[in-house]
Amino acid sequence: MSFSVTAPSTRQKWIAGILVIGYALITLLPLIWIVATGFKSSPDAIAYPPKIVFDPTVEGYVNLFTTQTRLIDGNAEAVEDLPWYEKLVRERGNTIVGPSRFSERFFNSVIIGFGSTFFAIVLGTAAAYAFSRFKVPLKDDLLFFILSTRMMPPIAVAIPIFLMFRNLGLNDTHAGMILLYTAVNLSLSVWLINGFIDEIPIEYEEAALIDGYTRFQAFYKVVLPQAATGIASTAIFCLIFAWNEYAFAVLLTSGTAQTAPPFIPTIIGVGGQDWPAVAAGATLFLLPVMVFTILLRKHLLRGITFGAVRK
Amino acid sequence: MSDPSENRAGAISPKPSTSRFRGISDRALAWTFVAPTIVILLAINIFPLIWTIYLSFTNYRVNRPNRDVDFIGLRNYERILSDSDIWITMQATAHFLIWTIVLQVLIGFTLAYLINKKFKGNDLWTTIIVLPMMLSPAVVGNFWTFLYQPQIGLFNYVVGFLTGADPSSFSMIGEVALAPWAIVIVDTWMWTPFVMLICLAGLRSIPDSIYEAAECDRASKWRQFWTITIPMVLPFLMLAVLFRGIENFKMFDLVVQLTGGGPGSTTELTSINLKREAFEKWRTGYASAYAIILFVTVFGLASIYVKALNKVKER
Amino acid sequence: MKSKFLNSVATAGLVSGVAVFGSTSAQAEDLTLCWAAWDPANALVELSKDFEEQSGHNMSFEFVPWPNFADRMLNELNSGGKLCDLMIGDSQWIGGSAESGHYIKLNDFFEKEGITMDDFIPATVTGYSEWPKGSPNYWALPAFGDVVGWTYRKDWFERPELMAEFKEKYGRDLAVPNTLEELKDIAEFFQDREIDGKKVYGASIYTERGSEGITMGVTNALYNYGFQYGDPDSPYDLEGFVNSEGAIKGLEFYKELYDCCTPPGSSDWYMSENIDAYKSGQVAMQMNFAFIWPGVEVDPNVGGGKSGYFPNPAGPGGHFAQLGGQGISVVAYSDKQDAALEYIKWFAQPEVQQKWWKAGGYSALSAVVEDPGFASSQPYAQTFLDSMAIVKDFWAEPAYASLLLAMQSRVHNYVVAGQGTAKEALDGLVEDWNEVFEDEGKK
Repeated sequence: MSFSVTAPSTRQKWIAGILVIGYALITLLPLIWIVATGFKSSPDAIAYPPKIVFDPTVEGYVNLFTTQTRLIDGNAEAVEDLPWYEKLVRERGNTIVGPSRFSERFFNSVIIGFGSTFFAIVLGTAAAYAFSRFKVPLKDDLLFFILSTRMMPPIAVAIPIFLMFRNLGLNDTHAGMILLYTAVNLSLSVWLINGFIDEIPIEYEEAALIDGYTRFQAFYKVVLPQAATGIASTAIFCLIFAWNEYAFAVLLTSGTAQTAPPFIPTIIGVGGQDWPAVAAGATLFLLPVMVFTILLRKHLLRGITFGAVRK
Repeated sequence: MSDPSENRAGAISPKPSTSRFRGISDRALAWTFVAPTIVILLAINIFPLIWTIYLSFTNYRVNRPNRDVDFIGLRNYERILSDSDIWITMQATAHFLIWTIVLQVLIGFTLAYLINKKFKGNDLWTTIIVLPMMLSPAVVGNFWTFLYQPQIGLFNYVVGFLTGADPSSFSMIGEVALAPWAIVIVDTWMWTPFVMLICLAGLRSIPDSIYEAAECDRASKWRQFWTITIPMVLPFLMLAVLFRGIENFKMFDLVVQLTGGGPGSTTELTSINLKREAFEKWRTGYASAYAIILFVTVFGLASIYVKALNKVKER
Repeated sequence: MKSKFLNSVATAGLVSGVAVFGSTSAQAEDLTLCWAAWDPANALVELSKDFEEQSGHNMSFEFVPWPNFADRMLNELNSGGKLCDLMIGDSQWIGGSAESGHYIKLNDFFEKEGITMDDFIPATVTGYSEWPKGSPNYWALPAFGDVVGWTYRKDWFERPELMAEFKEKYGRDLAVPNTLEELKDIAEFFQDREIDGKKVYGASIYTERGSEGITMGVTNALYNYGFQYGDPDSPYDLEGFVNSEGAIKGLEFYKELYDCCTPPGSSDWYMSENIDAYKSGQVAMQMNFAFIWPGVEVDPNVGGGKSGYFPNPAGPGGHFAQLGGQGISVVAYSDKQDAALEYIKWFAQPEVQQKWWKAGGYSALSAVVEDPGFASSQPYAQTFLDSMAIVKDFWAEPAYASLLLAMQSRVHNYVVAGQGTAKEALDGLVEDWNEVFEDEGKK
């Protein structure tokens, strides 16, 4: 029984490793199931017992991107001339009548996500720099106020926002959603970037100022490059928030500016809920976030705790 | 949560510096930098809040534009606080809040403790474990209704496989006894990694030298755990609980997609209830009062909690 | 038909006369029609291609799945949105949409174009177009007649061994039920039975919590056991009508049916879940709106004569069925009201209505359904006619959403969650509804 405190024994490592990997695999199971269901045919998706081995098909993806209706006899054309996706759909007795709304919704998510992130970062960086380097009256109160805006339940905030947007004609517009998400994300970006800038020794700037830089030049040429990594990871956090947001989106958008999260659960096929199509949509939608999470590994903790915990 | 910049923040600005006159003054620059943020936050956060407070004293309804708006004093507040249905949703919220926190703290801490053993590849597995919490709760919640389906759902099948029970004999989101647990399970699946990450940061902040000293004193492992590990991690753990508490008090997207508040009103959390009042019944004045009550509750509980947290940190 | 157009009626005031200006050439507009995402909507897309050709206008469609339909569209109307020019809105919205000015009033338009409501099935006119009910103020043109009815597995009902067993057990033939009690017997008979090596269940019924599902289901039992929305002489007096002895029995019946004879896990089911259960061969009978019948008829598993249809069976207190269906209205916030009215005019033509029925849409035009060939044109046509003769609808008050939400919660709590008694549920409902009407100043 002699092992160093700082380095756990090999046996301990083995046990810990097996337990953690076991948990990770269980955690992954629903995600794997989403991806797998996207490649199942409709009957396979609702098979009992659930099918683990199945013939992969892209039917779900075709359904996701198209609107279909039941094929009525009379409009049967020469089957050989049809494109492969129409053939696939015909096998289920349906025919494609047009594209679905999915790509539009996905594109909305991209515009609103990136747009709001851009503004939240530009404004947030400026404000954070000022908070970090200048005497701002009531600085602590202001910072706390900025943070506290994140504590309100979105549904509660949505009531006046809904009225305000209605009066300004911002309901269901990209501009309205970008403005709203910018406001929500600002609290995160100011806090996080404030922390990152605080960590940059002030001496660099002082040296630059003595060298004849203006304050703005010092900010632009000295501070920004140093804080770049931190700002980039903050941007990804803002993007993920806007990307995943549901409550505001479901209440404030409908036909024009609706993003993907309120849309995906409403994907239905001919007849009932089309699970392969829902799974396909979910896969495409979740994929970017998974990639970002891996990129973010180092800054993850700081981002999700508003900079309260710095690793 | 310490802020080392406190001292140096003011260090430079009062110092007269010839250079700053070449550009715009520091003061002007500071205001140019802060103003847009303040303006946006005033417009999107403060102004609406004041409006909500005003509306909460009226009988205004968005869907009845032709009706006169009357000022009705505190009547909305009286009605909410005397409404027994609201207390049912509060209970549902409390059940959800307490159990998600208990489970996430237990599992999250255990995982962090194990990962801190620094086995080979622990970074990779940590990243994998973290994935669920970065995903869209609405999309995830929707897909879990599929996993929870009796007969065809993966969850029922796995439980059936492990326990020998008939998978179609129970319905996680359809039965009154199970539905509150169905939402707890999904939230725990999603957010345990959050607690785990914070605990991991706590564990890694403990210097090895403390354990080495304890070892010299021949303190047992068990004793070390309770006298060193737990107290040192506690502030981190409490912070995790604060964040999860606030988040789950606001909970809407995941649960609304999972159960929609059913069966009956078993899983109708306050946010879902508020949404029905505000955007389905369109009782705007009443719902505004409801929203204000929720604000006050969150801020009240959170500030009491933060005081407690600060005491623990000072110890 | 392009010569005369209506000026924007809404801005001129809802009740005021229609200003007509002579315009000789129509501008090609992009019209958006909003409806629920379901089979009839896809059929309407096909049908509308004729309109596009004739008028030169372009049609776009915004279809929202049923569970979100009311939420999304009422949100759209209440926010004064311009997304929809034409709205095929649910029948219960008519009161609120008329009083809040979401829809434009169509009386003058009908008069000018020679469209008369006498040409439509009376129940649909009352249900989809009128507000206040019973007055000749029209806010929509009946677009899609719909009613709750039942679909059953004719092939199972005709199996000799099952027929014999049923006769022995219940002393009557296994056939379409005449009363709700008989329906329950049949459902009980099929529950947990093994058919073709698969376990099947009695019936799938509406139990959905989130929107309107369970209300649209339970009313079919309530009405027929004696439930009334209020005193016929004084419509907002609820006590003793909503919670009458009969109403309590009706609610208890629905719970018994849910407990004894539905598939496990069917605690939150509405139209699409019931379809799925029926098509996958899980249930002997399903409650559903008539819109599904064309789809059932052509289904590879249950279509082609394997299925039969019957109207909601009678009960001790009467014989009714829950009305569904929608009228088509012009949204007051639209900038393209003239073109939208043009669409309605096109849609109201008898030939178009005839085509609509053929494409799977339930026309509400009397000329279509009274055609001698109609009843035999489809296996479900007669059932549709019989059902439309006994319809009753939920409140269409401006406060309908509050009334509906109260009912959803009270009924779901009792039927699915098993909390309290039927009497407590209905007494509670009276309380909730009274509160709503007090708020509305109707009491």
